[in-house]
Amino acid sequence: MELIKTAAAGTMESGDIMVTIDPRESGGITLDLTSNVMQQFGRQIEAVIRETLGELGVEHADVQAVDRGALDCTVRARVSAAAFRAAQRENEQWGET
Amino acid sequence: MERRYVKDRLRRSMMFVPGNNPGMIVDARIYGADSIMFDLEDSVAYTEKDTARFLVHNALKTLDFGKKEIVVRINDLSSGLGIRDLEAIIPAGVHVVRLPKTDSAQDVVDCEREIARIEAAHGIPVGATGMMAAIETANGVLDARAIAHASSRLIGLALGAEDYVTDLKTTRSDGTELLFARSMILNAARSAGIAALDTVYSDVNNEEGFLAEVELIRKLGFDGKSVINPRQIGMLHKALRPSERDLKKAYAVMEAIAEANARGSGVASLNGKMIDKPVVIRAQRLIELFEADNTVEEEE
Repeated sequence: MELIKTAAAGTMESGDIMVTIDPRESGGITLDLTSNVMQQFGRQIEAVIRETLGELGVEHADVQAVDRGALDCTVRARVSAAAFRAAQRENEQWGET
Repeated sequence: MERRYVKDRLRRSMMFVPGNNPGMIVDARIYGADSIMFDLEDSVAYTEKDTARFLVHNALKTLDFGKKEIVVRINDLSSGLGIRDLEAIIPAGVHVVRLPKTDSAQDVVDCEREIARIEAAHGIPVGATGMMAAIETANGVLDARAIAHASSRLIGLALGAEDYVTDLKTTRSDGTELLFARSMILNAARSAGIAALDTVYSDVNNEEGFLAEVELIRKLGFDGKSVINPRQIGMLHKALRPSERDLKKAYAVMEAIAEANARGSGVASLNGKMIDKPVVIRAQRLIELFEADNTVEEEE
């Protein structure tokens, strides 16, 4: 997935995560994550963010994420939404359950 | 064919959950509603339709809602958003699609065609997903019977009163303004053998008004109501629970029938009165409601 512009998805409400994605040409994924449960779940959140971007074929981006206690499914949803917005794509491909 | 939905089940409460609020989506199962309805339509701002779609898709795929019925209200198909909503929620395993602003039987047919196409594309048995139609206009009310019979996937009709009263050029008051629509929708649903669900009561602080409305729709024959606040669920279930007196009578009717059958007699009587067939059907329904209610309480 080719990213075209900076885009964000999510809110700062409890149970949510605000994800901002900046396109870049090279250098892989850099992640700046802050969370009120960093100690317990920081690694898990980071893994879900990186995994989701990997599945979407995003190889290079600066990602900023402010977590307010989001579950994995919320993290995945916000990262996906931000990436599709950044790619200016509307044709989501929904996988089977 | 394995269906994701149960056609005939307890539907006393259908709780609206805004589709772009992760906290409320995660907590939705704890409030005891019979059905949970994630909303992609009016509670989601136009600029957040895409993010809500991702959120509901991922929630449906991941979270465990137990035995609750999972409904998603999509945007109407003419907006262009409705089809994208269906593309997201059907592969994710939604049980029932709630179609908003259903004006005609053709709206149901059009939606069903899209659902069938998406099911087939994802290797889901065609027919696995249920539908319900929300009626929110004068046209929809007048066509309620045709709508109710438009698809075998339909599990029920619901009244959406806010748009409806606007269409009628009136406002919500004591329920007089909804009498025709409620009666029409109820009769249409029953003629198709499906559920009838009443509209939301939006003044969440008016307990008395809410209970009066529940009593009215119970008398009319509705299965249940849409709710917007979890606080209304317990009150609603309690108000719809059969009274001890009615239950005792229902069990007595069923005992008298069983005794008559054991005697080989086709005529049963209770306290000297012959028991007619409608009395038996009502007694059976009351007992089913009571027993289903008990099962739900135990699960919770």
